[in-house]
Amino acid sequence: MTDNAAVITVTNLIKQFGRFAALRGVTAEFAGGKLYAILGDNGAGKTTLLRTLAGLNHASGGQIKILGATKFHDICDQVGYMAHPSLLYDEMSGMENLAYFAQLYGITDGSRSAEVIRAVGLDPTLARPVGQYSQGMRQRMSLARALLNDPKILLLDEPFSNVDLHSASDMVHLLAGLRDQGKTIFVVTHQASLLENAADEFVWMEFGKIAARTRDLKRLESAQ
Amino acid sequence: MSAAPPGITRATLLKDLRLEWRSKDAINSMLFFSLLVVVVFSFSFDPSAEESRQIAGGLIWVAFLFATVVALNQTWARELRNQVLDAYRVSPALPNSLFVAKALGNFVFVSMLEALMTPLFIAFYRLRSLGPTWQLVLVAVLGTWALVVNGTFFAAMSIRTRSREIMLPLLLFPISIPAILSMVQSTTSILNGEGARFWIVLLVSYDLVFTTSCLLLFETVLNAE
Repeated sequence: MTDNAAVITVTNLIKQFGRFAALRGVTAEFAGGKLYAILGDNGAGKTTLLRTLAGLNHASGGQIKILGATKFHDICDQVGYMAHPSLLYDEMSGMENLAYFAQLYGITDGSRSAEVIRAVGLDPTLARPVGQYSQGMRQRMSLARALLNDPKILLLDEPFSNVDLHSASDMVHLLAGLRDQGKTIFVVTHQASLLENAADEFVWMEFGKIAARTRDLKRLESAQ
Repeated sequence: MSAAPPGITRATLLKDLRLEWRSKDAINSMLFFSLLVVVVFSFSFDPSAEESRQIAGGLIWVAFLFATVVALNQTWARELRNQVLDAYRVSPALPNSLFVAKALGNFVFVSMLEALMTPLFIAFYRLRSLGPTWQLVLVAVLGTWALVVNGTFFAAMSIRTRSREIMLPLLLFPISIPAILSMVQSTTSILNGEGARFWIVLLVSYDLVFTTSCLLLFETVLNAE
């Protein structure tokens, strides 16, 4: 599969919570090796789309094909997911957390955890429990957890929230580097300007649908 | 049903033991509750040795049952904090590895409680078993597993409900009645030097049926929205 072939195809995706439709027939193709910024107002369906792609929400209708597979479990070891909460145990250190999650992915290389912690700009020898980290450090450690299995596809929900500008810029730089290595990255964010020079495409969601896709953030902002 | 790989089960079990060692959430609550039961009942009754043997089975298992519920609520609560359970769900690790690790973890916690509380029960109620002690140990192991295997399953079912502390006993207690009956009757019989074969066989059967059922259904419970 070439980088530019569609790695994710979503066809008429519907997700309902009771009577509320969070996704109302999303149809899209996303090419490999690109960084997509998913934008939209609160309640537009961004997080639901990401969670459904990550197999955490069951689609109420439609189809998702990721790396050619329709069942998430078949390709879950090739996907990294970072949520708004940290998905980390507060009582354990960053290294202990990652060592545990590495075992879930069958990663036997003990140095991998330290490698990804260093990649996000943290110190793997830090013994402090994650619960005592600043919000920014927690976000970066959460990103390290998502990178642990060296995924082909990264699904990141609000990775820059509560992160200072300098650290957020570092994270954007890291994500751009990962994209350049051929990874496909989806970033749900309200801080689109951070990704202005890094994202390949901005996807605007509205009322559970993709309303616009563009390479030019300025044009998207002027249209809103 | 897929078998639980021992590596992931062991990693999850060790992680849970480490978290409990650091927080002591479950153990402290269980110990306090059981201690309360022992002390309150010992002040309420002043039984003879014979009467103690008649009531001890019920008393001990009721105390352990309620204490187990406290531990079970803690088990999944720590997976909900920061939505860590989602990190497990997106990984290739099998749901049953998580279930077996959680059930084993709870078994360790409740067994520790039993080991600490049994001498107190013996002292406060002046208990002396007329039957073989190894049978009491066997009933303790089988009974504890019956409580934790169902408890772990139903606690997982109730984690997404709003009033999970109430929901868990509501789900767990009715389905545990055959096990509790077997545990109480076999303990009382052994303490009185009577045969408990029927109740022990019933307990073994209960454990087998419910362990299998929980393993078969856990994936559905874990991925329910």
